Amino acid sequence: MTVIVPPAPAVQTTRPASSAGGHGPVGWMVLPALVVFVAFGAVPLLGVLGLSFTTWDGLGVIHPSGLTSWRAVLTDPGLPHAMWVTFKIMALSWLFQTPMSILIGVFLAGHQRYREFLAILYFIPLLLSAAAIAITYKALLDPNFGLGAGLGIPLLQQDWLGDSTLALGVVVFVVSWQFIPFHSLIYQGAVRQIPRSMYEAAALDGAGRVRQFFSITLPQLKYTIITSSTLMVVGSLTFFDLIFVLTEGGPGDATRSLALEMYKTGFQANLMGPASAIAVILVVVGLIVALLLRRLGGRGDESQLEGA
Amino acid sequence: MEFGQLSLSRRNFLGLSAATAGALALSACGSSGPGQAKSGEASYWFLSGQPQEDIRQGAVDAFNKKNPDGTIKATTFQNDAYKTKIKTALGAGQGPTIIWGWGGGGLKSWVDANQVEDLTSWFGSNADVKNRLFPSSFGPAIIDGKIYAMPAETVQPIVLYYNKRVFDKVGAKPPQSWGDIMALVPKFNAAGVAPFSLAGQSRWTNMMWLEFAFDRVGGPEVFQAVFDGEPNAWSNPASIQGLTMVQDLVKAGGFVKGFASIVADQNADQALLYTDKAAMMLHGSWTYASMKTDGGDFVTGGHLGWMNFPPVEGGKGDPSDTVGNPGQYLSINASASTEQKDIAKKFFSEGVLQDAEVKQWIDTGGVPIVNGADKELASSDDAEFLGFVYDTASKAKVFAQSWDQALSPTAAETLLDNIAKLFQLSITPQQFADSMNAVIGK
Repeated sequence: MTVIVPPAPAVQTTRPASSAGGHGPVGWMVLPALVVFVAFGAVPLLGVLGLSFTTWDGLGVIHPSGLTSWRAVLTDPGLPHAMWVTFKIMALSWLFQTPMSILIGVFLAGHQRYREFLAILYFIPLLLSAAAIAITYKALLDPNFGLGAGLGIPLLQQDWLGDSTLALGVVVFVVSWQFIPFHSLIYQGAVRQIPRSMYEAAALDGAGRVRQFFSITLPQLKYTIITSSTLMVVGSLTFFDLIFVLTEGGPGDATRSLALEMYKTGFQANLMGPASAIAVILVVVGLIVALLLRRLGGRGDESQLEGA
Repeated sequence: MEFGQLSLSRRNFLGLSAATAGALALSACGSSGPGQAKSGEASYWFLSGQPQEDIRQGAVDAFNKKNPDGTIKATTFQNDAYKTKIKTALGAGQGPTIIWGWGGGGLKSWVDANQVEDLTSWFGSNADVKNRLFPSSFGPAIIDGKIYAMPAETVQPIVLYYNKRVFDKVGAKPPQSWGDIMALVPKFNAAGVAPFSLAGQSRWTNMMWLEFAFDRVGGPEVFQAVFDGEPNAWSNPASIQGLTMVQDLVKAGGFVKGFASIVADQNADQALLYTDKAAMMLHGSWTYASMKTDGGDFVTGGHLGWMNFPPVEGGKGDPSDTVGNPGQYLSINASASTEQKDIAKKFFSEGVLQDAEVKQWIDTGGVPIVNGADKELASSDDAEFLGFVYDTASKAKVFAQSWDQALSPTAAETLLDNIAKLFQLSITPQQFADSMNAVIGK
């Protein structure tokens, strides 16, 4: 979620041909980005695709083995389970993060001094590393020495990371806690860009605050919602570090998402072939999801200011 | 436009995630790394973490002082990172001259890839080096009848610890049999004390219970059959009985509430024992030292009790058997230069477990795998515990290696996974046996 490679120049690789002339001479500016993308994006991707048709323990000789790895992965009940877990984390964290981020974002969009101050406080979780957050939460949630036991609050004294349902809930909560500030920031910026004249007009027509929020703010945020949703969905698909440190996929395999399944297969069980196959599946699923989200956004040429 | 960017950025992103899987390839073309030592210098990688790190470094420093012409350059790594790093480095031909390891299944994977030197003939011509060390420590160093590693450092059996304060309060006696264990469970639960502390999230902690249950019920043959790759070895009636016993203990509330949330790395399981929240704990002998440091007067005040795992009624296993780490292991990289190999061998015979190092291990509450070390143990502050560990290790009929170290990394990962589910009660003993049978010999 936080890793966003500046991709803008790469987009233009498809542009010069389609758009009217004049862009041609600057085509070479694409090169640096293209080289980096090919070297660190495309080439490893192809390498992984190749590895998925081999048997390799990460140490000895790589043996080509046709579809053996694919057969092993596709018949393993762990794969649908990992996909389901990934989907649950994706859906739940989206459901939790989006309304929260919009509300906080709208709140922070105001120019009052105290809101500026709060904005800085809200931003703190984003400054912490995922591993640090996970270790901290692990200590806080410890059933015997954690927050619940320390304060003597029985409600907080649950088997947070040892119960399958609770553990998933904890993962979603901690992920959201970390990333809501980021998305709030996006929404804050977006809300500030909404023309003030629209609110003035609405106010003249007698619309109250709530009505303004649902009739102006939310529709105006449409594209921001899609942007932030894409980031959330993409992020949760490849989400690894926090879950790994927090639960290691446990208890049992209750929080083992696709990314964790890939790591465990490859680097703990030394099965590089099947791990690569899982990586390829991850790429394909990711592309499909991104495509769907793009479709959802419509064609993007209708005016947002109609009737304004 | 915005979306075009995003979809491309996500492609980059996925590329990155895919690159994680291909990280081996990437790190292979990385810098020459610390493994590369200049000629006339051997390299040695081992685990960081005190107090062990200083002792290892001390042995190297002492060796270098005596041999200025052929020195050793040491580099340390954190435990989990090391396991991945050493594999990657060996695969890329960037490994150190001397490789620190755990023997067993991990060592076998290096042997299978021809990465480590066969030391059989060297030990043959240096019998005095071999005869100084515990014979039982050589087990995990031997693959297909050949010695590929030199045992080093300390022996670490798994010990059943108990809190004497809690036992006195409840009026209970340490268990002499599995039946006693099951009878103690309701007694401690009624007194509001957890019968057993367990760091269940770490998985290998749960494994120690199975190791003893299997041994006490059916003897060492049960796991040996798995190790030897016999088909359906996990379906052995003794194995099913052992699995069922452990699940019964979970169902009876034998382990501390929320044990699946507890991690061994943070020593919370030990804290439960020394803060009187739990009555007993099955754990490695290495936890003695940390309980002594962290537990106030718990250890020094004589409140900590220890014993070997009790027998199971009607079981075939010898009650003197134990499991754990019979030692730590040093191997020589097969692709090192002759000069480097010679330095390493010299280090093995003149630098490893010398008197000063032996004394340091004893001071930290460890039993070095040197024959006759028991004489040194007697003068230590922890003579009682160290004597117990020495006796357990040297008198054990069978000193089995921890399962996850003995098996190949592939089988070990499936094992740990299924153990976690077994303790969650989400699979039955039969399902456990079925999934484990599927990875026998892999």
